[in-house]
Amino acid sequence: MSAPYTIIIGLEVHVQLLTESKMFCSCSTKFGAPPNTQTCPVCIGMPGSLPVMNRKAFELALKTAVALNCEIPRFTKWDRKNYYYPDLPKGYQISQFDLPMSHDGWLEIETKPLSPLPVGEGSGVRAANSRVTRPHPNSLPEGEGIVSSSTTKRIGIIRAHLEEDAGKSMHDEVAGKADSRIDLNRAGTPLLEIVSQPDLRSPAEAKTYLTELKLLLNYLGVSDCNMQEGSLRVDANINLHIDTPQGRIATPIVEVKNMNSFRAVERALAFEAERQYRQWQETGHKLGEVPKSTRGWDEGSQTTREQRAKEESSDYRYFPDPDLLPVTITTEEVERVRASLGELPAALRARLEQTYGIAAYDSDVLVNQGRLLVDYYFRVAKTCGDGKTASNWMQQDVLRWLNEHQVDIGQYPVAAETLGELLAKVRGGAFDTSRGRQVLAAMLESRLSLGDAIRQVGIEEVGESAVIELCRQLLQANPKIVAEVRDGKPKGIGALIGQAKKKNPNVNPARVREICLEMIQKGEV
Amino acid sequence: MHLTDHSATDLLALLNSGQVKAVEVCQAYLARIERRDRAVKAFLQVNAAAALARAEQIDRRRREKQPLGPLAGLPVALKDVLCTEGELTTCGSRMLESFRPPYDATVVARLKAADAVLIGKTNMDEFAMGGSNENSAFFPTHNPWDLDRVPGGSSGGSAACVAARMAPLAVGSDTGGSIRCPAGLCGISGMKPTYGRVSRYGLVAFASSLDQIGPFGQTAEDCALLLEVLAGHDPKDSTSIDRPVPKYSQTIRQPLQGLRLGLVREHFGDGLDGDVESSVREAVRVYQSLGATVREVSLPHSNYAVATYYIIAPCEASSNLARYDGVHYGYRSGISPLPLGEGQGVRATRIWTVAANHPHPNPLPKGEETDRADNALVQMYRRSRAEGFGAEVKRRIMLGTYALSAGYYEAYYQKALKVRRLIRQDFDRAFEEVDLIVGPVTPTPAFKLGERIDDPLAMYLFDLYTVGANLTGIPGMSIPCGFSAAGLPIGLHLQAPPFEEERLLRGAYMFQQATDWHTKKPELEEEN
Ligand SMILES: [Zn+2]
Repeated sequence: MSAPYTIIIGLEVHVQLLTESKMFCSCSTKFGAPPNTQTCPVCIGMPGSLPVMNRKAFELALKTAVALNCEIPRFTKWDRKNYYYPDLPKGYQISQFDLPMSHDGWLEIETKPLSPLPVGEGSGVRAANSRVTRPHPNSLPEGEGIVSSSTTKRIGIIRAHLEEDAGKSMHDEVAGKADSRIDLNRAGTPLLEIVSQPDLRSPAEAKTYLTELKLLLNYLGVSDCNMQEGSLRVDANINLHIDTPQGRIATPIVEVKNMNSFRAVERALAFEAERQYRQWQETGHKLGEVPKSTRGWDEGSQTTREQRAKEESSDYRYFPDPDLLPVTITTEEVERVRASLGELPAALRARLEQTYGIAAYDSDVLVNQGRLLVDYYFRVAKTCGDGKTASNWMQQDVLRWLNEHQVDIGQYPVAAETLGELLAKVRGGAFDTSRGRQVLAAMLESRLSLGDAIRQVGIEEVGESAVIELCRQLLQANPKIVAEVRDGKPKGIGALIGQAKKKNPNVNPARVREICLEMIQKGEV
Repeated sequence: MHLTDHSATDLLALLNSGQVKAVEVCQAYLARIERRDRAVKAFLQVNAAAALARAEQIDRRRREKQPLGPLAGLPVALKDVLCTEGELTTCGSRMLESFRPPYDATVVARLKAADAVLIGKTNMDEFAMGGSNENSAFFPTHNPWDLDRVPGGSSGGSAACVAARMAPLAVGSDTGGSIRCPAGLCGISGMKPTYGRVSRYGLVAFASSLDQIGPFGQTAEDCALLLEVLAGHDPKDSTSIDRPVPKYSQTIRQPLQGLRLGLVREHFGDGLDGDVESSVREAVRVYQSLGATVREVSLPHSNYAVATYYIIAPCEASSNLARYDGVHYGYRSGISPLPLGEGQGVRATRIWTVAANHPHPNPLPKGEETDRADNALVQMYRRSRAEGFGAEVKRRIMLGTYALSAGYYEAYYQKALKVRRLIRQDFDRAFEEVDLIVGPVTPTPAFKLGERIDDPLAMYLFDLYTVGANLTGIPGMSIPCGFSAAGLPIGLHLQAPPFEEERLLRGAYMFQQATDWHTKKPELEEEN
C-alpha cells in the first residue's frame, strides 16, 4: 500500500473576488456579457488612462488574508509585471511583487495520513488535534475494514496578493482562418492569488485543502468560487522525495495547469506522481538538473501533457507601478476586519459538536453545506429542542430533497421553525418518525401548513382511554404473547404494536408498548 | 495693436467687456496660423471649423447673459499628447497616427468646461521624448525667432505657437524640461507645476512619475490664468493631490516681500553659454533692485541628475509604451497606410479591431526568425514596433528594458531611486535657506535644426538644469530674461518648493513688471 516516495505538493489558487466593479476601474465584473461590452479606457489600457484602486477589492482581500491567519504588513505596494500577450492590453499586469498585502499564514485541514511521515520533513503537521476520531463512511478505502483516524494539519500559506486579471483569447481556426479573438470583459477583474507552502503530501490532501479553502471563501462571502466561470483557478507544483540507498533525493518540480475541478486536481496529481516516479526510474533526473516544466491536464485522456512555453525564459522586469500609491494598513484596520469575520467553518464545527452534541462527521456534512444551511439547522434544533434529531432530519430529509431538486436551502419550501415543530411532535410522541416523514412530504408536495399536512395524512389524536381499551383487547386475544412476556421474552410486543397500528393508524406505538407492558406486569390480563 | 499681440489676460478683459467677440478673436488667430504656420509648423491639426463654431456659441451665450467659464472665448492650443475625444491624438508618432481616443483628458474636459476655444493640436517630439521637436514622426517645428533653429522640446509646437502669436495660450507636458526648455528657447513663459497638482488622466504617458501638465503664455499672468483651470484634484488620477487650488490670477500681483533667491553653484560651471550666463546674472540684479537678497546654494548631487533621469524615465517608458504592440493600439505592420508623406498620415483614420495573428501580407521568409519564440504573433509585435516607433523612442525603450532586467535592476533602477532621494534632499536643504532657486533654463540658446540629431548625449545634457524639478516633483518656471548676441531668446529658470506655484508666479510677475523681455515678439517675414 505505501508508495516508495513522498509526494510534495504546493498549490497556487487564483480567486476572483466578489466585487461589483473591476480592480482599477468601475466596469462591471459580471460573467457572461457579450465580448468587450464591459470595458472602459482604463481596463483596456487605452493610452492616457490611469488606474484607481477599488477599495472594496482590497477589503475583501484583507478579510481573506486575515482569515488565512496571514501577517498583514503595514505597507504594501503595486508592481508592474511586464510581458507581451494579446489578452494583456497594457503589456503589463498590475500585481504585487516584493511587498504583497499578506504573507505567512496557514489553513487547517482534516487529514488522514496515508503513511506515517518522518518528523521534521518540512510538512505542515504541527499539532495532532485531540478531537474525536472522524470516521468518514463514504471515503473508506476499498477493502479496508479499519477506520483510519484523522488529525488536523496546518497547511502554510506563503503569501496572498492582489492583482488584476487578463482578458480571454479565443482561438478560432475554422476553415483555415487563423484569427484569434480577444474578449477584454475579464481584463482588470480583481484576483487574489493564494500560494501555499509545499505542505501537501497527497492528491487527496490537495483536494481537502481546496475544499476547505473554498468553504472558507464561501463563508467569508469574498468569492463565488465558480470553477466553470473561472472565478477559482488552481495551478499545482509537484515533485517527489524518494529514498534511495544513496539517501533522499528530490525529483524536478513540475507545474500542472488546466485543471477544471477539484476532482481533476486530485486525478492530475495522482497521475503526475506516478509519471514522475516512472520518469525518475528511466532518467534518474533530480531537482535542479533539468529546467522546471509546465504540464497541462488533459481531461479526455486523463493524462498530463507537456505545454509549450509561452516565453523561453520569463523576466517580468517587475518595478513599482508609478501610477498607483502604496497602500498603508493600520493595526486597527486589521483588527476591525478580524472582528468582522464571523464564525468560520472550523469554529462552527466545534460549536456544533460541543453545543449540539452531534458527531464530527455530521457537523462536517452540515458545515460543508454553507453558512445558510447551518443557520437553518440552528433554528430547527432550537424549535424542536434536540440537536441530534434535527441533524438526522437535515441530512436524511432536507439535504436529500435539496440534492434532488438541485436548489439551495434558501429555496427549501418548509420554514425551519415549521420543521422544528414537526420534529417536536415526533419527539413528544404525537406520531412516529415514518408518519412524520409523511407529514413533511405533504408539506413539500402540496405546500400545506403543518396542521393541514397532519390532517391530510389522517392523523387524529387518540384518547388515552381508547388506547387502553385497544391494548386490553389485543392482550386478551393473544394469551401466548402475554405468557412469553411474563417469562422475560418481551419480543412479542412488537407483533402487538403491528396489530394496534392496523386497527388504528393514529395510535402511538411507543404508548401501546408502555401500556401493554404495564398491564402484563400488573396482571390486569 | 493687432488682436493677436495681446496677452491672454488682456484679451480676456476685452472679451469680458464686450469690446471684442470670441469669433473675432478666433478668426484673428486662425488667420495668423494660416499665414505663419507654413513656416513654423507648430500645429499637427487645426480645428478651424470646430473652433469657430465654439466661439460663436460662446458669443451667443454671452449675448443671452448665460454664465460663462473663466476662459470664455480664449483660444488654447493643446500638445498632441493630450487625449481629445473623437479627435486624432498622435503623440507625434506614426504609432498613433490614426488614434482617436473615445474620451477627453481631464485637463481637456476642464478647458471645455471653462469655455476655452480649443484651436488645435501641436507638434511634439515623439511620445514627448526629445528636446528639439526633431523627433516628431511628421515634421520638425521651427523656432519663430530663427526658422533654422529648433524651438526646443518636447512641447516645441505649443511653445512656438504662443511665441508666433498663433495662440494666446497653450498646454504642454514636462517630463524632464519639456515645457520650460521650449518656453526658454522661444522667449515665452511656461510652467511645470508640482507633481500631482494637475491630473495626468488622458495625458499619454511617457514617464509616469515625472510627467506633469502645465501652461504656456506670453506672461506669468497668462500662465496663472491657465493653471487655475488646469489644476485641481482628480479622482481618476491616484497621484493627483487633493488640496485647494489658490486663485493664482488674483494673488499674482502681490510682490514677494523679503524674497530670498538662491543661485545654484553647480549650475554656473562648464558648458554654460556666456550670453546665457550674463542674462541670468543680469536678471538676478533686477531682483536685487526689487529688494531680493541673493545667496549661493549647493545641490551636491546635481551632477547625477541627468544620469538618474535617463535611468528612471526610460524604465517607466519601456513599460508605458509596451501597449503599442499592433494588437490593441497603434500601427500594425502590414495594415497601416505606408509610407507617410509629410503631415498626411495625421489625417488618416483607422481604429483597429481587436484581433491578433492576422497573417502579414509580406510574411518573413522561413529561416528569418530571430529565435524559437519568433512565431507569427511575435513577428507582428516586432515589425509593428520596429516600423511604428522612431529611433529615439526605440533607444529609450531599449535603455529602460535593459535597466529593469534581472541582474541589472539593482544596479540601475534601484540605485537611480536612491540618488533621486538624495537629489530631493539637496533641494529640501536649499529651500530651507531660500524662497526661490534661480538659474539658466538651458545651457545655450536654441541650436540649429539637425545640429545635434546624431548626438543623443549632447541632447540629454541639454536637460541638465531642468530634470531636477521632475525628479523631485517641485514646480519650475521659465520666463524670458534677455537675448543672445544672435538675437535668440534666453530663459530664466525659477524653482520653488512643492505646491508653491503661487510664489513662483508672484516672483515671475515681479520680474515682468520690471522688465519687458516678455513683450518682445519674433518678426516673421510673412507679416512684412
Ligand atoms: Zn473598465
